[in-house]
Amino acid sequence: MLDYATLRVIWWALLGTLLIGFAIMDGFDFGVAGLLKVLGRDNEERLVLLEGIEPTWEGNQVWFILAGGAAFAAWPMLYAVSFSGMYLAIALVLLAFILRPVGFNFRGKIRDPRWASLWDWILSGSGFVVMLVAGVAFGNLFLGMPFQFDGDLRMSWHGGFFELLHPFALLCGLVSLSMLLAHGACWAALKADHVIAVRAVKIARWMTLVFAALYVLAGVWLAYGIPGYAVVGPVITDGASNPLYKQVAQGGSWFAGYMQYPWFWIAPLLALVSAVGVQALIGRRSVAGFIASSLMVGSTIASAGFALFPFLLPSSLDPRSSLTVWDASSSRGTLQLMLIVTAVLLPIVMLYTGWVYRVMRGRITLEQVRKAHGGY
Amino acid sequence: MIIDTDVVTLSRLQFALTALYHFLFVPLTLGLVWMLAIMESVYVMTGREVWKRMVQFWGVLFGINFAMGVATGVTMEFQFGMNWAYYSHYVGDIFGAPLAIEGLMAFFLEATLIGVFFMGWDRISRIKHLLVTWFLALGTSLSALWILVANAWMQHPVGAAFNPQTMRMEVTSFSEVLFNPVAQEKFVHTVSAGYVLGAMFVLSISAWYLLRGRNVDFAKRSMTVAASFGLAASLSVVVLGDASGYTVSLNQQMKMASIEAMWHTEPAPASFTLFGLPNVDQRTTHYAVKIPWVMGLIGTHSIDETMPGIAELVDATKGRIGNGIQAYDAMLMLRQDKDNAHAKATLAAHDQDLGYALLLKKYVDDPRQATPADIQKAADSTIPNVPVLFWAFRIMVGCGFYFIALFAFSFWKASKRRLDTHRWYLRLALCSLPLPWVAIELGWIVAEYGRQPWAIEGVLPTALGVSSASAGQVLTSLGGFLLFYTALAVVDVFLMLKFVRKGPDGLGIWPPMDPSTAAAH
Repeated sequence: MLDYATLRVIWWALLGTLLIGFAIMDGFDFGVAGLLKVLGRDNEERLVLLEGIEPTWEGNQVWFILAGGAAFAAWPMLYAVSFSGMYLAIALVLLAFILRPVGFNFRGKIRDPRWASLWDWILSGSGFVVMLVAGVAFGNLFLGMPFQFDGDLRMSWHGGFFELLHPFALLCGLVSLSMLLAHGACWAALKADHVIAVRAVKIARWMTLVFAALYVLAGVWLAYGIPGYAVVGPVITDGASNPLYKQVAQGGSWFAGYMQYPWFWIAPLLALVSAVGVQALIGRRSVAGFIASSLMVGSTIASAGFALFPFLLPSSLDPRSSLTVWDASSSRGTLQLMLIVTAVLLPIVMLYTGWVYRVMRGRITLEQVRKAHGGY
Repeated sequence: MIIDTDVVTLSRLQFALTALYHFLFVPLTLGLVWMLAIMESVYVMTGREVWKRMVQFWGVLFGINFAMGVATGVTMEFQFGMNWAYYSHYVGDIFGAPLAIEGLMAFFLEATLIGVFFMGWDRISRIKHLLVTWFLALGTSLSALWILVANAWMQHPVGAAFNPQTMRMEVTSFSEVLFNPVAQEKFVHTVSAGYVLGAMFVLSISAWYLLRGRNVDFAKRSMTVAASFGLAASLSVVVLGDASGYTVSLNQQMKMASIEAMWHTEPAPASFTLFGLPNVDQRTTHYAVKIPWVMGLIGTHSIDETMPGIAELVDATKGRIGNGIQAYDAMLMLRQDKDNAHAKATLAAHDQDLGYALLLKKYVDDPRQATPADIQKAADSTIPNVPVLFWAFRIMVGCGFYFIALFAFSFWKASKRRLDTHRWYLRLALCSLPLPWVAIELGWIVAEYGRQPWAIEGVLPTALGVSSASAGQVLTSLGGFLLFYTALAVVDVFLMLKFVRKGPDGLGIWPPMDPSTAAAH
């Protein structure tokens, strides 16, 4: 039997793991889709790119669904506040998600260049929307969001869509965009015909440079320009999940956690080292390059999560209403049961996912595509 | 606390539309995938190429439908947080778990394997591919299981208790949530409905080929599979529908009484109203044609138990609202002083009725200030829309019995190898195609619209579950969904018709044009 506080920390880490899983696994699908028109110069080349993600993107997207489901089960208040608060942004992401399954399936069902091109634009556009909005949403976590609870713990939100577009949040959106475009390019370098792979290597190198610069910039801005939040008074880690039982002060530093636990620095350092790794490896050993870009994505998200800890969603309107790891979780029984279920099922998921990748391994060549599709 | 009724109405409308729309595709996926699994098993067992080609042809249609199901399913998973934030907070501790388990156990499985199903024919052995198809089928049905465990808890919330400190329902027993009798019956009833739809889909389209004299062997084989699978499924859907009716009558008496338009308690065993025009204002059913005993038998599985009528249930509800107000008062006291022993005892005695006090929030800010008139209004509000339920239920059940007859007849014809001897039969099979969809959508309406005014039966009124989003925001997202869903529906129907018209012959699937590459995906 694990105690309540430990379970909460484990579930914080698990939610992070699922988000990282989503960003790594589905991130390259979005990246490839976003680069579809850049990397693929004609329909055949775009088919090569699409066939490189088609057999596996659907499973990859389940990481997102699961992160949502796990947030609902383990962090119901986080799920409720974030999705209802950022209402229109989330609706936009959902519309982008709706277009993907049909895009992949319908594109080849009518053999007409205009039809194919329409879906290329749609897939590309939906990729950009998700990559950008995900980063902007993450950026807003550091800025705090305008919500508060009443005594019934009914949340009210006092802001609109455009208030999410703070310059810092937009910068985070660009960090996310450049990171996932680089990651997508690394996948293309690994999976696509050499003609396309050469282009992908170039883009991967440029995008990791852009990413590294923006990431450092965002870090500096966060350190000097964005006030942090801190729980004041006694921190009760195993109390009832009611945010109103604590006091929160605004004005500290988001790097306080980094000062307290120096090993947190591993995450941002690894992100930058991995960016260098992508530069060095992607041209010669594409598998190693892709692993480096995956590490880059994972450690970037981890570094943001570490900075926020123990906050999940700070409130700028009423800091006391902020959601933290200690007061926004499900009951102990639910956390425990879900931990057991996850510990059993997630390894199985990874096993058969690995098997599917092995079955579908190998570079997709232009010749293959020409033979199978006769031009479309 | 001010609840904007426009937000409630728009959120309900959006949820109903997106759920009903999602539920056009999911049942077909549920049914069709097992047909594919059966066909592929025959292929692996007999080694006859035509069975593989059957999997590939029906697989094309399956793929189009699957994509629509996935596309519209994402909306469902996130809509609770977007539009039903207080609901998500209030019951997430219980309701979130089955949704997360669905992702882990089922959706991951189907979504990961679907790519290999379509693109792995030449990459893995026959046996492995067959296993992929079977696991794909298993994944879709498991997915339905967990979603229905979650839904059943909304109908019959067991294994949970209210916690005044966190202002929400929390789990007390997971096994009760999981082995909720409503969940089991709903699961079998719902997946069987999907199997009926899958069978009808194959039966009708094959009948069309036979009417045209195209793909004759291909179509007859497909029809034989559909007839046997459909017969088993339609029997199961009706039998489990009956079990479901029995469970509803135990746990959701108001829903049952409304379905039957039973305005007053009748002496046992109650009669079944076959036809009638329910009048809500006068609380009576005009021109009722009644069959003695039948309702009592369905609802109580006995001849001597009475079933309560609507008027009696409303009276009982007033008592529960009274208890609920005491629980509400105790809850507020506990918020001030969490160790107040008297309040704890009161809440423990009446927490089952706390939700009934929340019904009053529609009429008065503080339920403790409610007048007898408010209580009467709140009690009356527990009556769902009787005429809609009355008719939706009757049409659904009528369809169910028709499916048994049609599939039994098809099965008989298939076993006599005389599927194509009567054109009227083929036309009938073709024209029956929309009926499973009609029955399925009406079934959703009976189950979910019939649960109103509750989001969680007896625990949380729907109106209280909404988010703080503005009406304008919900209207915007609703418009977006309508636009996208309409466009996608047009494309979906167009592609379905296109590939059905082309058929196995036109696509070069059977007879094969070029054995190495003709397979469509």
